[in-house]
Amino acid sequence: MINLMIDGLDVQVEEGASLLDVAQFYGIPVPTLCHHDGLTDYGACRLCIVEIGKGKNTKLVSSCTYPAEQGLFVRTNSKRVVEARKMLVELLLAMCPSSKIIQDLASAMEVKKVRFKVEHGDCILCGLCVRMCEEQMMAKAIGFVNRGKDRKISTPFDAKSDVCRTCGGCMYICPACELRCEGPDAPGDVCGGCANVEPVCLEDENDKMCFMDPCGWCYNELGRKKEKEKKNNKL
Amino acid sequence: MKKADIDKILKKHDYKKSSLISILQDIQEVNRWLPPEILKQVSEKMNIPLIDVYSLTTFYKSFYLKPRGKHIITVCSGTACHVRGGPRILNEIKSQLNIDVDETTPDKNFSLETVRCLGACALGPLMVVDKKYYGQMNPKKVVSTIKKFSKKK
Repeated sequence: MINLMIDGLDVQVEEGASLLDVAQFYGIPVPTLCHHDGLTDYGACRLCIVEIGKGKNTKLVSSCTYPAEQGLFVRTNSKRVVEARKMLVELLLAMCPSSKIIQDLASAMEVKKVRFKVEHGDCILCGLCVRMCEEQMMAKAIGFVNRGKDRKISTPFDAKSDVCRTCGGCMYICPACELRCEGPDAPGDVCGGCANVEPVCLEDENDKMCFMDPCGWCYNELGRKKEKEKKNNKL
Repeated sequence: MKKADIDKILKKHDYKKSSLISILQDIQEVNRWLPPEILKQVSEKMNIPLIDVYSLTTFYKSFYLKPRGKHIITVCSGTACHVRGGPRILNEIKSQLNIDVDETTPDKNFSLETVRCLGACALGPLMVVDKKYYGQMNPKKVVSTIKKFSKKK
């Protein structure tokens, strides 16, 4: 067993666990994007970064690929980590603003605008589809091709692959190539819909608390009712 | 390149997966470039997924997936060669062979490439044909050099 400290909590974990495993086991929220149960961790999205070390000698590492070490001092939500994560989400959003998963992450972290040139791409090179194809579908039909700015995911020679069974696993797991999240507000680069909606549940219904995550999913019913009431009051 | 030749190279490296780069380099030395059929054969014989072989060959710049000619013409486009008239040399070769950079003539005799610096700036503007350096080039010399290699085919 390994003893380490995570967010001021003395914990014991088994050898071979990653820092992300530790955090998730003890219920500490760490945002992830390219991590998926059942697939090997790859450390592409860097959203799960945590700060390790004490004093001046701290380091940001991706928790999904960093193994738990004896006596490690880990902070999952320090100022440095949160700021770095916000920047990462902003960059991901600039790459792929149509992804609901990334928009949700952005609204959860209160990223309000994108300061970079928005590319409107459909891939963030997280490698989930590649791992899905290899590890769960046992096909290994797709992979990374080229390098640097030309890096992309493709089949050999960009042609129809002989080993691909068109199972659709890659599309199922992709966080980027999906329909745009249409929040209640007119969508810009950051829809921020879910973060900007004021919580309606507690005001309207005193005896029950809604646990929908992110808050605002019920907006369609209650929000409309509330808007109507507001209009009526104004009239 | 025959299938038997590839088998020979594979055998030489003992079908080791870690030797994939060396195997592809050896094949390229004989065949000058790596056609899809050869990559498919290597992937089948070595039991490596084709996408892994393809990823590797597209990652490294020294692997060529496009046909390459018999003679490789490399023009230096480094700073020293550039100010001494490198672009003029390049344009002359382009119009002589009627191809662009990273292309091959239809008769598969010449391929044109550029390089950042060859480390022989004193000889600039520089042009390399089949690893032999031709220094202090001018458009006239380019024509005669290309002719020398065209005759041999």
